[in-house]
Amino acid sequence: MDDLAHRKQHPNYLLIWAYLFILTIVEVAVAFLSHIPRNLLLLALVFLAVWKAGLVALFFMHLKFESNRLRILAAAPLPLALILVLAVITEFRW
Amino acid sequence: MAHVAVMEPPVAAEHGAGVYNEKLGMWIFLGSEVMFFTALIGSYIILRFGAPGEWARPGVVLNVPITAFNTFLLICSSVSMVKAYAAVVDGDQQKLKLWLLLTILAGASFVGVQVYEYTHLVHRGFLPSGIREGSELAELVAQGTIPEATASIYGSTFYIMTGFHGFHVTCGVVSMIWVYLKALRGGYSATDYRGVEVIGLYWHFVDLVWIILFTIVYLV
Repeated sequence: MDDLAHRKQHPNYLLIWAYLFILTIVEVAVAFLSHIPRNLLLLALVFLAVWKAGLVALFFMHLKFESNRLRILAAAPLPLALILVLAVITEFRW
Repeated sequence: MAHVAVMEPPVAAEHGAGVYNEKLGMWIFLGSEVMFFTALIGSYIILRFGAPGEWARPGVVLNVPITAFNTFLLICSSVSMVKAYAAVVDGDQQKLKLWLLLTILAGASFVGVQVYEYTHLVHRGFLPSGIREGSELAELVAQGTIPEATASIYGSTFYIMTGFHGFHVTCGVVSMIWVYLKALRGGYSATDYRGVEVIGLYWHFVDLVWIILFTIVYLV
């Protein structure tokens, strides 16, 4: 029962939920502010979405508390995804 | 007597990522899922930004308030999932069952709202093939509020991306019911909670994908 005696300290999940909730409201509000230049709007929305996704991955999926090996494994597809999207963009941008 | 040859590894097995097999398998699967959704999102990007004209503004065709509510539902389900995980780690069986049940209900509600959204959109004339002639949205096309040139790729990319995501949520709900039934029989404990942790990883990933999709499909 030693394991139970030294219970894991869980992160404050409700605080993360509050962050996600507020960020979603901010996102919707930003999206409907029509006077923001389009590119800035796009950048702001992507930034907010990545922030929210990061919170889910770090705290709900516990990547913040995992070993470096598992973090590398989890992050491995991200550069590949970026390459794929950038390669696709070159189809019509350059 | 038959002799069965067994492959012996040339060196002793290593610890690898330092996690149990099911968890490692789920992370590798999620890696493949990242590429799956990137392919869909990549296609969407080229179709949208390479299109010969603007797309409809956010909120003109799609119902943003109801989808924002659905996003909220999915975020809540992620919290209830992680609370179920915390409960089983702490050995609290009652809370594990309660939080798992809430996660199932929130996930099923998400799919229900999505079905309602689809029905409503089809009723208004938004189809995977474009805008239906004679529908409410066809009038907006005639007025120029919805660009005609991009209406059909808008429909097809919208239904493909959100449809595949909805399919993932449905698979998650079905799997979660299985985990819940096992939890009812006392199948998980503070010393072995593998099933709860692994389904949790999948569930949070589906939430994470929705966060991205909600932004790029509904708000941009």
